[in-house]
Amino acid sequence: MVVVLTVLSALSGGLLSGLRNATASKIEVQQLKFVKGPAIKEILKGASNDPIADRFALKDGEMERKFFVGKFDGKVNTVVLESSGKGYGGDVGLMVAVNMENDQIVGVGVTTHSETPGLGATAKDDPGFVSQFKGKPINETYKVTNDGGKINAMSGATITSRAVCSAASNAGMIYKKLKPQLEEKLKEFK
Amino acid sequence: MAKTLTQEFTKGLWEEIAPFRLVLGLCPVLGVTTTVENGIGMGLATTFVLVFSNILVASLRNIIPAKVRIACFIIIIATFVVVTELLMQAFTYPLFLKLGVFIPLIVVNCIVLGRAEAFAYKNNITLSIADGLGIGIGFTLSLAALGALRELFGANNLTIWTTPTSVFGVQQVFGANFEPFTFMVQAPGAFVCLGLMLCVMNLMGSK
Repeated sequence: MVVVLTVLSALSGGLLSGLRNATASKIEVQQLKFVKGPAIKEILKGASNDPIADRFALKDGEMERKFFVGKFDGKVNTVVLESSGKGYGGDVGLMVAVNMENDQIVGVGVTTHSETPGLGATAKDDPGFVSQFKGKPINETYKVTNDGGKINAMSGATITSRAVCSAASNAGMIYKKLKPQLEEKLKEFK
Repeated sequence: MAKTLTQEFTKGLWEEIAPFRLVLGLCPVLGVTTTVENGIGMGLATTFVLVFSNILVASLRNIIPAKVRIACFIIIIATFVVVTELLMQAFTYPLFLKLGVFIPLIVVNCIVLGRAEAFAYKNNITLSIADGLGIGIGFTLSLAALGALRELFGANNLTIWTTPTSVFGVQQVFGANFEPFTFMVQAPGAFVCLGLMLCVMNLMGSK
């Protein structure tokens, strides 16, 4: 009995991890095309280049992070970071565009999430909520008003709002840590 | 009473068509059938899981101890559901976005577990494949029928399949002046449509 259960579980685990590895790159391309792409285009509205094509990766410790580049008024000055926070139904992915010249947030957009439809999921299409981040400094810890912060939570979706805030704060930390390297990289796109 | 392969296959298409005759697996039936496309996609995903879990359960039926059979079935089913989820993410991402949470929920779809327990555990592989295919296709057809009804009246469209560049199907079936019953594509509309279809099925069945 124990043997059968163990063998079955082990086989299923092996099969799934194998398949996960095999499909990972394909899934990433699809996400870029259908979810992240439109979100990036939305927050970098008016950019004169194609931010999806102008992307690069940097090593942050063990992890590899991806960045997208935006060009405004002939200057390459905006970089989009990917970050995430813990939501109600799993990780909420957030794209944060930062102006490298004044360290201000150009815009944020929610990408992948598994929040409740009709409540948390509205974070994706609620322009009023995400636009609160516009023009705020990136090196700041964001909180919803309930927790003593400045961001008004979406009604019925406090946990998702918190997730977005923590993702934004998280992006600030990544930005701070990698800023010298980012500046180096941006020069290549001129 | 040994039934033939054809009988095992066709019973799922009409006599035991899961959502309408047995009123099983209603979660996706009510949840995703806002368009024909969603119905077909969900049905095919379920069919895939059903056929492969039936094959595996049938081939392992002499090894799986009776005491822990449900746990073993769930492991097998869950594995194939995650396989489906990953494959859908890799190849049909827009559909995956629409079906969302209903794909992982196939694990607890009682049709899949029901066929494993009631059929595949007691029959050989060939019969189990026929059974899984039959029930799965029947399920797909039911979802597509319900989706067609709801989409037709609720959105005035019939979309069979969408690619990023084009849509296969008919837009504005009743012409541009038709005001759609948006009620039909909302949750209560699902119950009403399902009830009406059950009613029709029962009328046809009772002679």
